[in-house]
Amino acid sequence: MRYLPHTEDDISRMFQAIGLKGFDELFAAVPASCRHDAPLDLPAPKSEWELIDYMNEIQAQMAVGPSYHVLIGAGRYHHHIPCSIPALMSRSEFLTAYTPYQSEMAQGTLQGLFEYQTLTARLLGVEVANASMYDGASGLAEALLMSLRIKKKETKVAISSAIHPHYREVVRTYFAPTDFEVIELPVLADGRTDLSAAGDIEGLAAVAVQSPNFFGVVEDLSAVSATAHDKKALSLVVFTEAMAYGLLKRPGSCDADIVCGDGQSFGMSREFGGPGLGMFGCKQAYVRNLPGRLVGKTQDVDGKTGYVLTLATREQHIRREKATSNICSNQGIMTLIAAMYMASMGGTGLRTLARQNYDKAEYLKAGLLAAGGRLTYSGPTYNEFVMEFDCDFAAIQKRLLEKKIVAGLNLGQFYENSSNKWLFCATETASRKVLDSVIEEVKA
Amino acid sequence: MIPGNQIGPGRSGLIMEEPLLWERGAKGRCGMSIPESDVPPAQIDDSLLGEGPNFPDLSEVDVVRHYTHLSLWNFGVDTGMYPLGSCTMKYNPKINEQIAAMPGFAEAHPMLPDELCQGTLRLIYEMQQALCTISGLDAATLQPAAGAHGELTGMFLFAAYHKSKGNKKSKILMPDTAHGTNPASAALCGFKPVKIAVNENGLLNADEVRELMDDETAGIMITNPNTLGLFESNIREIADIVHEKGGLVYGDGANMNAMMGITDMKKCGVDVMHWNVHKTLSTPHGGGGPGAGPVCVVKELEKFLPSPHITFDGKMYHRRTDLPDSLGRVHSFHGNFGVLIKAYSYVLSMGEEYLRRASELAVLNANYIKEKLRGYYYLAQDAVCMHEVVFSDKFQTEYKVSTLDIAKRLMDCGYHPPTIYFPLIVHGAIMIEPTETESLEDLDEFIEVMKAIAEEAKTDPDLLHNSPQRYKVRRLDETAAARNPRLTGGQ
Repeated sequence: MRYLPHTEDDISRMFQAIGLKGFDELFAAVPASCRHDAPLDLPAPKSEWELIDYMNEIQAQMAVGPSYHVLIGAGRYHHHIPCSIPALMSRSEFLTAYTPYQSEMAQGTLQGLFEYQTLTARLLGVEVANASMYDGASGLAEALLMSLRIKKKETKVAISSAIHPHYREVVRTYFAPTDFEVIELPVLADGRTDLSAAGDIEGLAAVAVQSPNFFGVVEDLSAVSATAHDKKALSLVVFTEAMAYGLLKRPGSCDADIVCGDGQSFGMSREFGGPGLGMFGCKQAYVRNLPGRLVGKTQDVDGKTGYVLTLATREQHIRREKATSNICSNQGIMTLIAAMYMASMGGTGLRTLARQNYDKAEYLKAGLLAAGGRLTYSGPTYNEFVMEFDCDFAAIQKRLLEKKIVAGLNLGQFYENSSNKWLFCATETASRKVLDSVIEEVKA
Repeated sequence: MIPGNQIGPGRSGLIMEEPLLWERGAKGRCGMSIPESDVPPAQIDDSLLGEGPNFPDLSEVDVVRHYTHLSLWNFGVDTGMYPLGSCTMKYNPKINEQIAAMPGFAEAHPMLPDELCQGTLRLIYEMQQALCTISGLDAATLQPAAGAHGELTGMFLFAAYHKSKGNKKSKILMPDTAHGTNPASAALCGFKPVKIAVNENGLLNADEVRELMDDETAGIMITNPNTLGLFESNIREIADIVHEKGGLVYGDGANMNAMMGITDMKKCGVDVMHWNVHKTLSTPHGGGGPGAGPVCVVKELEKFLPSPHITFDGKMYHRRTDLPDSLGRVHSFHGNFGVLIKAYSYVLSMGEEYLRRASELAVLNANYIKEKLRGYYYLAQDAVCMHEVVFSDKFQTEYKVSTLDIAKRLMDCGYHPPTIYFPLIVHGAIMIEPTETESLEDLDEFIEVMKAIAEEAKTDPDLLHNSPQRYKVRRLDETAAARNPRLTGGQ
C-alpha cells in the first residue's frame, strides 16, 4: 500500500527495538471482549484507477453541468470560479497544514486569515470578523447564543420566518436543550419581515433577519436595527448570498450589531452543500463574546511584524466549559479561497459582477411576468424571487427537465399554503438563452 | 544532520517578503475575467445601493504571486513530519483531491430532488455504512462539519434521548484527560461537566465512575485511546455502570487512528461516537478546516439522528425528513460533503486490510519513538502506548529549558513540533503522534534530532531559548496581541 512505507524487515526491526513479539502484544491492552470478531466487511482495496472508475460511475448519477442548467439558489449559488483559485488553494503548504498554533511556521496561513478577516469586515461593513464558522446556519445559531451572552438578563430571540428554513431548523436544534425561546416573526405582503411583531416581546436579546431573505427580498436593515435597538436588543443580519453586498447596502453600515452568513458564493463549488464558509463579524464592542478563532497582528522579538491566533481565552481549549463556543476546526482553507476570490474580483470587479447578477435575475423575473407569472411579494429582490402561476408549473418544470433545465424550487415543502409558489434564481452563469428557454416554456 | 551544525533537513528556504493584499494593486485592475452581460441593465432603487466594498484591485498575477509567497512561510504534511499528538497529521493522498473535484460532486446543488442526485446520496449512504462497519455501531449521520460539531451533535442526541425518557439530567462525567471541546460541547447542551481524575496508571477507575454516576448524570464522554495514549481497558465495565444508571456513553473518536479493524465500539459499550475524518481518514486539515465529524450510534438511538437521514430502499436513495424523534438539523445542507468524498476515497483505497494495518503501524511507530527516547525525555506513563506517546520537559527544567523551547528548536530542525502542554494533567507535556505514514528512516532521523536537542538543552540552553531562527519571524508576542487586539488592517 503506497501510503504505508513499512517493509516487513522494518517491522521486525522495530518490534525488536521495542522488545515485543508482534501486533498481538502491541494491542494487549485491548481486551478480547472489545475487539471485532472478524475482519471488517469492506470491499477489497481499490487501485487509483479502480477508484476513479468507481467514483465516475457514482458521479454519473447526477444532474449537473455542463449538460444540466440548474436555476436554483436557496443557499448555494452557481458563480464562476477563476482557475487561479483551485490552483492556489491546492498548494499543499496551505492544504496540508494544521491549525496555526505554532505561529512562526504558519505565517502564510496567519497572514492569509488576517487578510480574510479584514476583507470580510469591509464586505459586511463591520469592525471585526472572525476566522470563520462552519456554515451560515450554525453561524446564525451561534450568533443568537452570542446575543444572549451579551444581553445576559434576556431569554428570547426573534427571528424572521423569511430566514432560510434550514437555518431556522439548525437554530431550533441548538436551542432545544436550552431554556431560551425562539420566536418567529411573520412576513408582510412585500416579502419583508413584519418588525412590528417584535414590539410586544419582552426579554428580547436579538432581532434577526436575512437579507436578501429566503424569498430574495432585500430587507430594510436600518429599520431592523432601529426596531432592535428600541427594544435594547441586538440587531442581527444573516445572509446566504455574499455577492449581494457588492451592490447593496452593507449590514454594518445599517447599524447591525452582528452579521453572519455563508460565503460559498466566493470561489467555492456547490458540492452538495458543503464545505461552504461561515462568515461572522460584529461591532468591536462585542469582540470578546465572539465564537471561533481570531488572528491578530503582533511583533516578534526583533520587532518584526507577524500574526498569531489571539484572544484564545474565549476558546474551548483554554476556557473549556466556559468557552464562547465549542468550535475548534473551522473552515480553514475556505477562508483563504474567499480571500483569494475577493482579491481577484477587487472592489471594482465585485461591483460589476454583483450588478450583472442583479440584471440576470431581473431579466428572468420580467420575462416570467410577461409570460403570465405573478410575483408573490412586491418588495425589491436580488438574484432570487418567488412566483406563482395560473398554469400548472409542476408540469412545465417536467418539460424543462427534458431540456436539462432545473428551474424553480417549490416552497410547499417549507411553508404552509405555498405549494403554488416557486423560488427562482439566476446568477451571472445563467445565459440569456437558458433564461429564454424557461420563459418560452411558461408562455407555451 | 544534527542540530547545532549548520545544516539540517528543511532548514534553508526561500523567504520572500510580501505586503498585505491592500498594499498591492492599482484601482481598475481585475484578477478575474468577468463575462460581458448578455441581458440589458435593469432598474434598481438607489436607496438599496451601498457604496461597494473597499477591496484592493489586483491582477491575476498579483494574486498568484501574493498567495504563492504566503505559502512559502507555511509548513504542511507534504513539507515534513508533523507529529502532533491527538491530531493525526497523516499523509493526505492526492487522488482524493482529484475525486472530490469531479464535476458530478463539485457542481451538485444540494436542493436537487432525490431522483436527480442519486450519486451524492449513494456516496453518503455508502460512507454511512462503511463508518458503521469500522466502528461496529449501527447507524450514522454525516452532517456534522467537524469533530467538535460531531460532539455537539452527540450531546444534542443525549439531550433528545433523555427528554424522550422523561429524564432530568444536568451533569455529565468527563475524564480530566478530555479534549477541551468535550466540556464545551456538553456545556452548550446544558450539561455540567463533572471531572473524573485518572488513576496513577493514567486510566479511569470503574469504582470512581460508580461513585459519581448518579441519577442526575446524563452519561460519560470518553476518549479511547485516551489523551495519554492509553487504551481504557475498563471501558466495558464503566459503560455497564453508566448504562445501569440510565446514562449513555459517548466515545470521542479523535484517536480512532489506533483502533481501525481492531476495536469494536459497540462491544466497548459506546452508544454514540464521532469521527474526525481530517484525522483518521486522511483528509487535509487545511490550516484549520474544513473537517467533517460523522456520528455513529447504536440501533436504539438511530431515531434521534439528525434530519434529513439518508436511506436506501433497494432501488433509490432518499432523504428522510419524517423523523418525529430526530434531534433536528445541524448543518445548512448535508455536512461538508466535499470533505466526506475524500474520506470515502481513502476508505475504498485502503479496504479492510490496510485500514487495520494503518492502525497497527501507527501504534508501532509511537512505541518505537517511546522506546528510543526513553531516558532522554521524561515519560509520563511507562506502558505500551497506542498511537501516541506523552513525554514532558521534567529532565530539561533543571537547565531552564521548557517544552516550548524544545518545540521551537524542533522547528529549526525541520519538524513541526508535537502537541505541547496537553494533556493538562502532565506538566509540560510533549505529546508525540507520528502516524503510520512516517517511515522507519524518518522516525530514526526525528529521534536523532530529539536526542540532540536534549543534549543541547544541557550544553547550550540559549540556543533553544532563542529558537526558532530560520523562519520568516522569530518568537511572536502573543501577550501583546491579546492585550491590544488588532484584528483587521488598512484603513
